[in-house]
Amino acid sequence: MSNKVAITLNVNGAAHAVEVEPRRTLADALRMDCSLTGTHLGCEHGVCGACTVLVDDKPVRSCLMFAIQTEGTAIRTVEGLANGDDLNPLQQAFHEHHALQCGYCTPGFLMLGTAILESRPDIDDTELRHVLSSNLCRCTGYQNIITAMRSALDDAKS
Amino acid sequence: MSLVGQRLKRREDGPLIRGFGRYVSDMAAGATFLRFVRSSFACGTITDVTIPDNIRAYTIEDLVGVDPIRPLLFRPDYVATEQSVLAKTHIRFVGEPIVAVLGSSPEEAEDNAERVIVAIDATPAVTDVDAATTTGAVRVHEQAADNTLVDAKMRTEGLNDAFANAAETFEIGIESGRQSAMPLEARGGHASFDRRTGRVTLHASVQAPHQVRTGVADALGIDEALIRVVAPDVGGGFGQKMQLSTEYVVAVWLARHIRGDVIWIEDRHENLMASYHSRDQRYTLKAAFDDNARLLALDADLRCNVGAYSTYPVTCGVEPLMAMGELPGPYDFREYGVRSRGIATHTCPMAPYRGVSRPVITFAIERLMDTAARRFGIEPAEIRRRNLIEDFPYTSVTGTRYDHGSYREALEKALETIDLPSFRGSQQEARADGRYIGIGFSTFNERTGYGTPTFSTRSMEITPGYEMVDITMDPSGGIEARIGASPHGQGLATSLSQIIADETGVDVRKITIVHGDTDRTPYGWGTFASRSIVISGGATKLAAAKLAEQISTLAAHLLQANPRDVVLSAGRAAARGKDADVGIAEIARLAYHQSHQFTGNAYEKMSARASYDPAGAFANACHVAIVEVDPSTGQVQIKRYLTVEDAGRLINPMIADGQVRGGIAQGIGNALYEEIIYDDAGNILTTSLADYLVPTAMEIPDIEIVHLETISDATITGAKGLGEGGTIGAPAAVINAVVDALQPLGVEIFEMPITPQRLRELIRDAQSMQ
Repeated sequence: MSNKVAITLNVNGAAHAVEVEPRRTLADALRMDCSLTGTHLGCEHGVCGACTVLVDDKPVRSCLMFAIQTEGTAIRTVEGLANGDDLNPLQQAFHEHHALQCGYCTPGFLMLGTAILESRPDIDDTELRHVLSSNLCRCTGYQNIITAMRSALDDAKS
Repeated sequence: MSLVGQRLKRREDGPLIRGFGRYVSDMAAGATFLRFVRSSFACGTITDVTIPDNIRAYTIEDLVGVDPIRPLLFRPDYVATEQSVLAKTHIRFVGEPIVAVLGSSPEEAEDNAERVIVAIDATPAVTDVDAATTTGAVRVHEQAADNTLVDAKMRTEGLNDAFANAAETFEIGIESGRQSAMPLEARGGHASFDRRTGRVTLHASVQAPHQVRTGVADALGIDEALIRVVAPDVGGGFGQKMQLSTEYVVAVWLARHIRGDVIWIEDRHENLMASYHSRDQRYTLKAAFDDNARLLALDADLRCNVGAYSTYPVTCGVEPLMAMGELPGPYDFREYGVRSRGIATHTCPMAPYRGVSRPVITFAIERLMDTAARRFGIEPAEIRRRNLIEDFPYTSVTGTRYDHGSYREALEKALETIDLPSFRGSQQEARADGRYIGIGFSTFNERTGYGTPTFSTRSMEITPGYEMVDITMDPSGGIEARIGASPHGQGLATSLSQIIADETGVDVRKITIVHGDTDRTPYGWGTFASRSIVISGGATKLAAAKLAEQISTLAAHLLQANPRDVVLSAGRAAARGKDADVGIAEIARLAYHQSHQFTGNAYEKMSARASYDPAGAFANACHVAIVEVDPSTGQVQIKRYLTVEDAGRLINPMIADGQVRGGIAQGIGNALYEEIIYDDAGNILTTSLADYLVPTAMEIPDIEIVHLETISDATITGAKGLGEGGTIGAPAAVINAVVDALQPLGVEIFEMPITPQRLRELIRDAQSMQ
């Protein structure tokens, strides 16, 4: 069974011409058709947030969105965060504050965190914890993720 | 300056933060996708399998020559069972794999699987230990009467007398719900057949690659040389990934069969249904105390639901035997009776999960202590003070040697940090305002880093767990250490590099740790059971010290000095008392390329091997939770969480803290939210993360950590393990705090998890009694 559709995905500023079945999720298209495997799948039903990417600057669960829905949008994934060898400030904060262990949830948290930095630079601690509760981490107990996030927010302001 | 003890940033982070990690599912390109048709009934007989003509699908009849998995304990009370890698005739749990189906994409493999029709003649199932041990219960395995696969007992001679002469005796019943380790990456394997060599390379999300290789080779009846197992980046394990999943045997067989690449990526539904569970246990504890609230004797009946099959390599004995041996915990008493059973049911099989029974036994003993404290009218802290072991080394009632620890000191430090009198004051004020706040303690010890001297007492056919480390300096002066441990998030590469840097004087950036590849590493036991920093760390220290000594002899030759006077530091070898030194990289270059300048074979001195196989070291901790309970919703909010813990010398305190915090977060989830639920027919009801509730950042508070560092003689590095301690201590601390908060209502809790619904029920019952 195949009724593939030709679409172009704009990911991290690069155009990817791909042919996908309409039922292919954005997550699978990124991972399998664009070879961008940094976006991870933890549940495929929208709870864990490991697959979080930015679509037109908004964080979305890429496991709950079809690839064909994203044509004409600007998609950003974890691979687009660093500038060559240089980690961006949020990535650097995750490293400095030991905000990851196995690393599987990390890309999702980094993309969620990017959206917070861009859209809610003045977020308070209670709200920050609330927004970060969108995603699951099984290793860290969250404290260091919150600390890294707060540090990146503070640095962005100063 | 010594690197051991420094909060060195992790070398593992770079690729993971950039999105360049390499997990099994990242290798899907070009592979054929494997999907399993699984049983939708808990118990029954397969009567027919219909496979459409144009679908590549395989049953056990097709897997010619594949042996069932038959894990063994050499114990008279053990009933051996076996598991066919695909179900043959009998079905024993919902989710059991029956047919392996291939497709060119994940979507096609799922479509194909849906077109395979399996007819099952379903029959009634037993799902819990009460039903399974009732007279006339359905047998999960024909050979196991009462469905009992393990039935271990011990009893000290004076037990009856102790109960007869006690001032106070009472009994409590404890229940623990079934839980999943729920690593964020589910299981997965990529099996690649190499036409040139005939070998299969299995990349799999596992914790113990060497045992997976042995298990797969044995099941297929082929030499291990034909299989290479690699654990690439692994997205969490927590015990669930240390067992041999039968799916990997099927994947390797299929790769050999189609002479190509086969990938199986488990989805979350499968993971919660058919990967391993744990902690489904029911205990009865009888305790005898003297009139001074000192525990004299404990008589315990422990029943562990081990699911449908014993699993490889640690067997279904892992939970009941751990519970039996470690139940006495940190308390000093001399009379002990215990019967511990592993009971088969028509449910998903069990694997170790972070703590292995100890979160439940700690919950049980700590609830027992709080119950006793209330009967004696003393503070929970006081009854612990009277019963904690103070003199070390100590030989427990089960004959276990506890090395030096800080059981009392941890309690006292916790009390001082938390300021108990001040808390009791604010608790009274809160109660006057109609608010329910409470404090809970959990004091425990935890055997960590144990090798064959300890595991051999379990009489396992496959007995872990020494570690070997091979270390080599290359001609540029870089060091590579190849280890048998298999870290997957624990930061072990960073910590071991710190140990090697201290021993050899080589810059930590020039040190590489190779792990998780059976072609590249010596046979070892992987990463589980709070063992890696102790055992692999100890072997690493020994190997690095050997290498350093060998480098020193070469340096001595070049410097015309006595080897004993050579000091390796900051990348150079210097001779004490001489104004001469030489670069370590220069020595390496000469050893390989100018070996004739030395006497003996200098190039051989660039490598060393060491091993370590300790009996284990007991870490200890005191956890304190302060909670507020909303009696109208059953919601528990953790206001403060403190752990005073002692894991000996901390190699990297940043990484240690991360392990403690992550462990406590899982323990809080285990205490309040997480539960796998079956209905009476054996249908699993919790197969999504909307049903199986893992805590988020909203439920986990900031965790305060105080370290004590008792250096015992039990380990080479002075380090004890700490990977599991957080999870072991948290359920008891949290639930003791909930009970304390609800004292005005008289609510008692002897079950975990205490979900909001269950807590509401207890509160309702208590209120209707008042």
